[in-house]
Amino acid sequence: MTTDTKPSEAEATPQPYVDLTDKDSAGTRWVRRIAVTSIVVFIGLPMVTLIVWSFAFRWNFPNMLPTEWGGKAWAYVADDSSRVFEGLWNSTKLAFLVTLMAIIVGLPASRALGQHEFRGKSTIEWLLMMPIIVPALVATMGIHQIFIRLRLTETLFGVALVHLIPAIPYFVLVMASVFANYGTALEETARTLGANKIRVFRYVTFPAISSGLLVASMFTFLISWGQYVTTLLIGGGSFVTLPLVLFPFLSGANHANAAAISLVFVAPAVIVLIMTSRQLGRDSSVMGGFGKI
Amino acid sequence: MTDVSLQQLSRRFGDNVAVRELNLDIASGEMVAFLGPSGCGKTTTLRMITGLLQPSSGDVLFNGKSVVDIPTERRGAVMVFQKHLLFPTMNVAQNVGFGLKMAGVDKKEINRRVTEILELVELPELETRKAHELSGGQQQRVALARALVVKPQVLLLDEPLANLDANLRITMRQLIRDIQSEMGITAIFVTHDQEEAVMLADRVALMFDGVLQQVGEPDAFYQRPRTTRVAQFFRNSNLLPGVKTGTMVETEVGPIELDDHVSADDGPVVLTVRPEEVRIADSSSAATNVVPAVIKSVIYMGTHTQLIADIGGSSWSVQAPATMTSEEGARIEFQLPKKHLWIVEDDSVSAAEEVAAS
Repeated sequence: MTTDTKPSEAEATPQPYVDLTDKDSAGTRWVRRIAVTSIVVFIGLPMVTLIVWSFAFRWNFPNMLPTEWGGKAWAYVADDSSRVFEGLWNSTKLAFLVTLMAIIVGLPASRALGQHEFRGKSTIEWLLMMPIIVPALVATMGIHQIFIRLRLTETLFGVALVHLIPAIPYFVLVMASVFANYGTALEETARTLGANKIRVFRYVTFPAISSGLLVASMFTFLISWGQYVTTLLIGGGSFVTLPLVLFPFLSGANHANAAAISLVFVAPAVIVLIMTSRQLGRDSSVMGGFGKI
Repeated sequence: MTDVSLQQLSRRFGDNVAVRELNLDIASGEMVAFLGPSGCGKTTTLRMITGLLQPSSGDVLFNGKSVVDIPTERRGAVMVFQKHLLFPTMNVAQNVGFGLKMAGVDKKEINRRVTEILELVELPELETRKAHELSGGQQQRVALARALVVKPQVLLLDEPLANLDANLRITMRQLIRDIQSEMGITAIFVTHDQEEAVMLADRVALMFDGVLQQVGEPDAFYQRPRTTRVAQFFRNSNLLPGVKTGTMVETEVGPIELDDHVSADDGPVVLTVRPEEVRIADSSSAATNVVPAVIKSVIYMGTHTQLIADIGGSSWSVQAPATMTSEEGARIEFQLPKKHLWIVEDDSVSAAEEVAAS
């Protein structure tokens, strides 16, 4: 809290975040224009190209647009033989399972890292970063041997466990910073006011961390959604996710099919981005953990 | 109406002793301040009273009954922190009503009591505001209302006047004192600020290094500090060593006569007089206890002038009138009024040894 002057001064309330909708200075306006332009150029335009490609039937150099249009690629996507829907269903199940597991494992861990000091804390933080530093391929090769013995290969649960490895660092970093920012005083206040631990979590902790939890969960979801190598190795090719369906097309000649599948693949990411953008803007503590990377 | 008794209360963290065998009885309706520098164990003590922390040994009694086995949520010792005051996702009314909701009070009754208590803290008609829409002072009063509305056995406050400017401090102090005495609540607060402690508390308990140093009414710490460290914490570092015989003390700068109320064994002693009680001797002043001094620096403070002077090899601080003019190196005579002379136990050496040992 900032130093207070008079109780009547409502203006003294600190602004929790930078509100870009306020009247901006010329400098802020320019920053916003550049940001918006960058998003359009780097994210919007490639999407437009993909959409055009997915409806193209004949599109040869040097034509600016396809010379013949058609829905053949989309018909292929809808066909069972393409395994797109199977992949979509598996990817969705998998991403939800990974997210759930990340919450179960990561929430207590991030709370400990965010709110407590203990021996070996920096070592644990360093170990947590390892999956980001060490290529997933290396770790997964080793895990593969163990999973064969444990009969976890080619199973949904086995693949989900491996997806947890790259997902946990992001989940824990985001949530640890949320917990650190939120502190323990509010929970202790609630305890002294007569709330037991369960009610403290329900009425105080959960509402306070929920927006951060939403963002961390969506990161986890997207990390699982984008996994290719780990899924291929542990799933053994028989557990088909969307990236597994998509990747062969990327090196193939059929650009229209690749574009259509890519659009199916990228759709959840766009939806998640739109849903979380408001939370990211509002709660600056959510992004705080990334300062550590 | 609850009296609190702390008996041989200790808390260790590994090898580190945060609180050592603390004994203190707090009367029902009394307001006591735990005062001390950060890390002195005052907050640890407070947390043991709430039950958020279990004592390593010793006991906490409310009305003569041990409460150490009663969990925080059923102990009725309500804590008001200085930071993170309000639940951010709740509005003012929900914040204030939280304790009542936890106690299972019905909604109508909650609303009635919330309205009532918000009037008491002079914040009516703010029920639907969110925490971040209030000023710091308003948040502090809402937090106080939230604690008071459950009629706690003991009210615990963490630096209740910190972060408030001088004017708001006086208002808030008055508010806390009025409500506390009206409701007859036993209140305990912690602070590192001696001004905050003496402004608000009936009695002050001063702690250093986990050990209770002195307990008493606020003026005792100014007029009758037990040790040199206590005196220094209350901004008095005027010390003059000497040898006491009866009511006379022989010092570097001549004999000093003590008042009858100063009791100490004959032998080596350390004399002190607060900076604001030292007089500048002139021809009209009494001839007793006049000591020669050399001015080392003169600092104009607006309301007064602060002199740093050397008396018999010790550095003294003297609060002189603002109109006083002098310069470095000037010779001057101070008069040490008999009724303000006091003998302190010298613990500065033992403190230095403690630091060296650790």
